[in-house]
Amino acid sequence: MAILQSKSLFDKKILFQACADSLRKLNPLHLMRNPVIFVTEVGAGITTLELIIGFGSEHILFNLQISLWLWFTVLFANFAEAMAEGRGKAQADNLRKTRKQTYANRIKVDGSMEKVFSDALRQGDLMLVSAGETIPADGEIIEGVAMVDESAITGESAPVLREAGGDRSSIVGGTRVISDWIKIRVTANPGESFLDHMISLVEGAKRQKTPNETALTILLSALTIIFLVVVITLKFFGLYSGFSISITTLTALLVCLIPTTIGGLLNAIGIAGIDRMVQSNVLAMSGRAVEAAGDVDVLLLDKTGTITLGDRQATELIPAKGVRIEDLASAAQLASLADETPEGRSVVVLAKQYGLRGRSIAEMPHASFITFTAETRMSGVDIGGKRVRKGSADVMEIFTDKRLPDEVREAVEAIAHSGGTPLVVAENDHVLGTIHLKDIVKGGLKDRFERFRAMGIKTVMITGDNPRTAAAIAKEAGVDDFIAEARPEDKLRLIRREQAAGHLVAMTGDGTNDAPALAQADVGVAMNTGTQAAKEAGNMVDLDSNPTKLIEVVEIGKQMLITRGSLTTFSVANDVAKYFAIIPAMLINLFPVAAPLNIMQLHSPQSAILSAVIFNALIIVALIPLALKGVRFRPLSAESMLRRNLLIYGFGGLVAPFPGIKLIDMIVHALRLA
Amino acid sequence: MSIFHSPFGWIQLVLFTGILLVLTKPMGVYLTRVLDPKGKTFLDPVLRPVEKLLYRIFGVNPESEQAWQGYTMSLLIFSLIGFVMTYGILRLQHLFPLNPQGLGPLSEHLAFNTAVSFTTNTNWQSYGGESTMSYLSQMVGLSFHNFASSAVGIAVVGALVRGIARHTAKTIGNFWVDIVRIHLYLLIPFCLVYAVFLTSQGVIQNFNPYVTARLVEPAAIETVKRDVPGEGIMERKVEEVSIPQGPVASQEAIKILGTNGGGFLNANSSHPFENPTPLSNFIQILSIFLIPAGLTYHLGRMVKDQGHGWTVLSTMFVLFLAAFLICWWAESAGNPRLHEIGIDPALGNMEGKEVRFGVFNSALYAVVTTVASCGAVNSMHDSFTPLGGMIPLMNIQLGEVIFGGVGAGLYGMLVFVVITVFIAGLMIGRTPEYLGKKIEAYDVKVSVLFLMVPVLTILGLTAWAAVSTWGTISLNNSGPHGMSEMLYAFSSGAGNNGSAFAGLNADTPWYNTLLACAMLLGRFFMIVPVLALAGNMVQKKRAAGGGVSFPVSGLMFASLLAGVILIVGALTFFPVLSLGPIVEHMLMLKSGSLF
Repeated sequence: MAILQSKSLFDKKILFQACADSLRKLNPLHLMRNPVIFVTEVGAGITTLELIIGFGSEHILFNLQISLWLWFTVLFANFAEAMAEGRGKAQADNLRKTRKQTYANRIKVDGSMEKVFSDALRQGDLMLVSAGETIPADGEIIEGVAMVDESAITGESAPVLREAGGDRSSIVGGTRVISDWIKIRVTANPGESFLDHMISLVEGAKRQKTPNETALTILLSALTIIFLVVVITLKFFGLYSGFSISITTLTALLVCLIPTTIGGLLNAIGIAGIDRMVQSNVLAMSGRAVEAAGDVDVLLLDKTGTITLGDRQATELIPAKGVRIEDLASAAQLASLADETPEGRSVVVLAKQYGLRGRSIAEMPHASFITFTAETRMSGVDIGGKRVRKGSADVMEIFTDKRLPDEVREAVEAIAHSGGTPLVVAENDHVLGTIHLKDIVKGGLKDRFERFRAMGIKTVMITGDNPRTAAAIAKEAGVDDFIAEARPEDKLRLIRREQAAGHLVAMTGDGTNDAPALAQADVGVAMNTGTQAAKEAGNMVDLDSNPTKLIEVVEIGKQMLITRGSLTTFSVANDVAKYFAIIPAMLINLFPVAAPLNIMQLHSPQSAILSAVIFNALIIVALIPLALKGVRFRPLSAESMLRRNLLIYGFGGLVAPFPGIKLIDMIVHALRLA
Repeated sequence: MSIFHSPFGWIQLVLFTGILLVLTKPMGVYLTRVLDPKGKTFLDPVLRPVEKLLYRIFGVNPESEQAWQGYTMSLLIFSLIGFVMTYGILRLQHLFPLNPQGLGPLSEHLAFNTAVSFTTNTNWQSYGGESTMSYLSQMVGLSFHNFASSAVGIAVVGALVRGIARHTAKTIGNFWVDIVRIHLYLLIPFCLVYAVFLTSQGVIQNFNPYVTARLVEPAAIETVKRDVPGEGIMERKVEEVSIPQGPVASQEAIKILGTNGGGFLNANSSHPFENPTPLSNFIQILSIFLIPAGLTYHLGRMVKDQGHGWTVLSTMFVLFLAAFLICWWAESAGNPRLHEIGIDPALGNMEGKEVRFGVFNSALYAVVTTVASCGAVNSMHDSFTPLGGMIPLMNIQLGEVIFGGVGAGLYGMLVFVVITVFIAGLMIGRTPEYLGKKIEAYDVKVSVLFLMVPVLTILGLTAWAAVSTWGTISLNNSGPHGMSEMLYAFSSGAGNNGSAFAGLNADTPWYNTLLACAMLLGRFFMIVPVLALAGNMVQKKRAAGGGVSFPVSGLMFASLLAGVILIVGALTFFPVLSLGPIVEHMLMLKSGSLF
């Protein structure tokens, strides 16, 4: 991963930049978007004003410290947001470097060429890009084949094949043509390209609040209003009771009560969620998509490439009666030498296990090789009067011109029944045995699906195979359900059906015919190698084009939601302890009998209030790493996950501030700050 | 005396709990039938024709349902008509019959306050029943609302539960059908039987003029005139008393069953004509909780998750039990200052309590009537110990969601459920959902509106009163106790409870008007958000259940829900409570001053 490399959490450069940004973010117009922190800033302003007006009073040291810590509270919240953005910005800067101004060879209507700046290109223009040139804009290949270096986008150094027509025709601006030439139709105007989009995404510049963030902000604002009323009316109740509570104390109480912790970290959590997607090379087109990923409870997985390795592998040789397995292996290898398909190569590899040395076509100049084609469905070699062939059972029956021996026929049927593909090997008309080609399920998937099941997520495998094969692989991979002999439109139908039953569906796709399904799915991850249509239809793009990553996408989405929920709970639970610090401190001057309420035995009313404010500010800083990295995610059932997080963040949030405030009080007292 | 030495108290508590739990399911099943327009009840043969006739008279098509806006409009119009009628009757009661005492009309502000009070199911009484209201005013002007406002509360929760139970729908029921059915099949028949039972215990039911009786032992009453300086103590000799009469039993039944609480007589359920025997007292306490408990079962049945219904009930029950035990403990412990001067501590704090009820039954009644938004009292909360009196106050401030008023309690509780699910729901790694429905910005908006209205009303108006002459002049006590009195009045108004801490002369233009405003805010500004929530929930898709959903049943959810209710309530009211009852308690223990 070259470009979007993961930065250490506290990279020096980012840290420095974030400090500067947190000052810049003090601008009230910016903070208006975050009501909780905005109120905190107003509070800090009021106490500062109080400090200036009451300069020289006996409370000067106390008022000064409260004001300072309130400003720190705002700064810490800003810092959290700036840190989250900083990580994205660093990545965006790297991307921007690749988006340098280049020349383009535009093809005019009359077919002649002109050299223009790349930002003069418009949607629909045609251009020609040759080896060594950087592709100036996003587009679709209409003619030619080329190897393209996409490392600028994906970080993958090996060049990939791009060609006109089919599913590999889309091309991204900023990548480089290594060999040959291609004719491209431009599909994006300057400023709207994939790269531009990517930059603005990782930067978080145009980030919209997600639906859940909006709802949470409403709740936090309501709590802020409630506590504002609590604190303002407290002034009046104080007057009734015969004492005047100072504005500084009331502001301190207000800031301690409003949910500053989650208010300060909410944005950072959201940005960090998108950032974690980027770290794993997935571009989420919006925060909403990341949220939806957490909600998904049905995963639609293509068999090939997602559940199984892309190709079938030879796993077993079954000799016919009276044939030594070594002879079968030898013949199978000979017959496969000219078979360049992955299946053919896997036969050569398997045969080596039977003590055969590797053979190559080059050392057999006199042999004539028959390569595998879709029509013949057979490959082999003619060498010294020996005609060695391998192929599917029915083809080989024709080749040998007789019925397959019974035991071979049985072997063929058994393999087919288990979901594998049988290949029969023959020398002239003599059948030697059978090769078992098998879909290889990717390692670790079964466990992963098992964990998903525990979380209530259903996995559905989609395959073009016949039901028997599909069932066997589904069983081996441990998916919950499968659709066999699926056509592209079946995916769309399946998604609609699941959604109607109240499920949220995620899928991956790359072809143009996947586009409707990608658009319909709640989370549609398009492969970067896929077509433009697919990328536009989905709401995420996987730069590695690894369909298995869907699983990670879901986990990252869940992790972000859990982090947000846990810190909200923590923030609200914190308030209880702060009350026990501040309220007794306010009462004790008028009603000394209220001393027993000071259950933390804080040293003085002033140090109690100051300690609560300091704790309130420091807890934001303490939680920044958690907000950025996300809480640890474990695939558990809803019930156990809730129990676990509730214990840590709910109960922990209730208890933790007591020793925290007490400790700060001891320090404050020791330093004679109050 | 410690509560651990009160075996009869514990026996009664177990009996009360046991009978309540046994009755919950049958009541819930019956409520479900009442709230289902096609539901069958054993009263159908008699009442079905009446129901159909009523629909025909009022032009209601029982087949057509309303969206939430229509439902809300119907409800508001219905309540407005009732309010205007009662205001008229109270202002003109001297012109109407059934007024043997020849009582005059009520002042504008008292009539306004009272009409609002009964329309909103609050039954705050700034007046003394026997000295203010004619029999007609009581039976028509007030009792009408005792039925109607209870029915409205049940209808609203019925609509909300439909909103939660249905999915991808538009309508939440027909208000007029709900109102008719709740009256016909639930309130009227139940109260008929209930009133007859009460008369068997000695509750009166007549239209006679008041009876004057000569005292066997004439008494001298000392009154302290504080507001007239230099007057000091006045002494008055009393030789005869006037004993009020009237149709009490018929009003008493619905007062309790509909969690209304407005007594026929000023002394409410501490008066022997309203609540004569231990049995009538026990049945009253039980019947306050009957419908609210049954509604939780109705909830479980409608959403096809009975566990959820029981979980909500358990949460209510545990919070109730905690409140009661604290109150009982505080009242049993009594006032150490009084013990010092030689008052026998054995009975606990008996000030303001009826001897025939004692500490246990007074505390139980006080807690039940305040958690449940009833407001009937059989003892004077003003005379409770500071902590004992704080419990009823806190119960009201927590939103009266612990059982709560008929309907109002459960819909308040469901708003807390929505908030709880929203806060904690994310912790399972999904956006929050309640019974498969996503909780989104709109739901949160109306839910927090619901939470904010009483907080702003109670704190805002109390703060205003605390620093105003009009507010403090009505106080009988100064200091923290005076604070509690004002706070209690506005809490009771905004919470639609209606019980009074007393000690506060509320029949002033200021208090009457502002308390009426508090009651209106606490009723309709909370019902509208609830119906909006119902309207929004009803159109949502329901996600498939299974292991992915947020668990809303079981111990964990119950503790979570209780935690949210306590934290939100405590955080909001702890500062002001600390200046009132909490400080008063400290003063009682540590210093000589009493308030």
